[in-house]
Amino acid sequence: MSDLRELYQEVILDHHKRPRNFGPLAEANGHAEGRNPLCGDYLTVQVDVEGGVIKGVAFEGAGCAISRASASLMTDAVKGRPVEEAERMFEEFHRMVTSGVEDAVEESLGKLAVFCGVREFPSRVKCASLAWHTLHAALEAKGRTASTE
Amino acid sequence: MIPFDAAVVRRDFPILDQLVHGKPLVYLDNAATAQKPRAVIDAISNYYLSGNANIHRGVHLLSERATAGYEGARLVVQKFLNARESREIVFVRGTTEAINLVANAYARPLLRPGDEIVVSILEHHSNFVPWKMACEATGAVLRVVPMTDAGELRMDEYERMLGDRTRLVALGHVSNALGTINPAAEIVRLAHARGIPVLLDGAQAVPHMKVDVAALDCDFYAFSGHKLFGPTGIGVLYGKADLMDRMPPWQGGGDMISSVTLEEVRYNTLPAKFEAGTPDIAGVVGLAAAIEYLNGIDMEAASAHEIALARYAEAKLSEFDDVKLVGRAAKKAGIVSFVMTSAHPHDIGTILDREGVAIRTGHHCCQPLMHRLGVPATARASLAFYNTREDVDRFVDALGQVRKMFG
Repeated sequence: MSDLRELYQEVILDHHKRPRNFGPLAEANGHAEGRNPLCGDYLTVQVDVEGGVIKGVAFEGAGCAISRASASLMTDAVKGRPVEEAERMFEEFHRMVTSGVEDAVEESLGKLAVFCGVREFPSRVKCASLAWHTLHAALEAKGRTASTE
Repeated sequence: MIPFDAAVVRRDFPILDQLVHGKPLVYLDNAATAQKPRAVIDAISNYYLSGNANIHRGVHLLSERATAGYEGARLVVQKFLNARESREIVFVRGTTEAINLVANAYARPLLRPGDEIVVSILEHHSNFVPWKMACEATGAVLRVVPMTDAGELRMDEYERMLGDRTRLVALGHVSNALGTINPAAEIVRLAHARGIPVLLDGAQAVPHMKVDVAALDCDFYAFSGHKLFGPTGIGVLYGKADLMDRMPPWQGGGDMISSVTLEEVRYNTLPAKFEAGTPDIAGVVGLAAAIEYLNGIDMEAASAHEIALARYAEAKLSEFDDVKLVGRAAKKAGIVSFVMTSAHPHDIGTILDREGVAIRTGHHCCQPLMHRLGVPATARASLAFYNTREDVDRFVDALGQVRKMFG
């Protein structure tokens, strides 16, 4: 059970059961739909971007505990941050759940670091990253493309 | 024939004897692909060790041997399905390619705007998408037979759908997602009464029951080798000779021609007409070995064993308040599909995997069906004759771990 506990940490189970920023966003000016064709998971992310800053963000949809908790924690993490910073977090998050990152980077991700256990479960990486890909698309759809390089 | 004993046949499948995450493997993903008996592995290995050559045109000994093995396999399949002629057996990559062949070489040239093809809500994407594509290309219309909440075809609706514009019925014999066994003979009888040909997708049927295409009288029957304890990459399309004779070829290339000049290509006769290019010879040899292995097993007893295990699993799952069984057809194969209120199927699958139990989770390539059921996905345990009661107990125990985590 030990690496399962690494995957399903309390924070993840909590956000799965009580997702934050779940539902429609009243003042949205950008949105995107994300799908994982392998498993049928889908979600939508709505953003309210003003002056290059994510003022509001919310998500809706159906998925497993990992994808739901990831979306919930992501919305908490990027709310109030500049678009560029959110895109950088996406990049670091993606690295963390695929190949792993240095301790300093993991620390900088704050609560998102609970997903570090995902890299031991290759078939679940897409569950954890679906919300981030969708956020990225929502921000691009706004015409405020942030560089991921 | 020796009396059927799961514990004995299990020893024929070397892969089952291993640890997964430190626990003995319980393989319950047989509807996705079945494991292979040593006889199949040896047949493929021996082919490459001592028999490999290209077929049909070689004059040397190895080529003659490979040709004899390949064409001998066709006779094995013919007998297995009880087809009238061996030329009615076409080797393809799998069920998907078999259905695409019929959609392209039979349906498309025939379809006119407003014509209809009948499928059902239970179909796997492989028996849905090729028809949807054929309809989009020709202006024909796809009619979808609904099901009851238990997962049984609405045969009254089916009969009503058969009309003047129906050009083909394409239905699954056994549902991969729910296990429903459709009344195949009745489906064919009703269609034939109106002069409509029928294709049956037998991918989930042949591993679990005796299929007799002559008795069913279906016009096309498709199945995959890998679900029949044979190799991946090989499958069979059975088609009535008079229909397939009239069909144009689908893929062009070597072996499917009788002569080629700059001005004109003449096509080969059945079955070569539909077997362009060098086929998967080792796959065909392996498929024949799988069928010969099954010929040595009392399939009726094996099937009864699978179904008894599935009913045992369902009875155990019914004891849990948070488990809902999906698909309660009266006639069902060894498939147990379910959802849990506390956990998403993917989370169930991951936790079971760590307990050594392999199941499938997701939409099972049946998104229209999932939509009809009102669930994004299900968890599915699918049984084969080598599974035991102990496997089912381990599976049910592992669900306890899911409850512990998410309950």
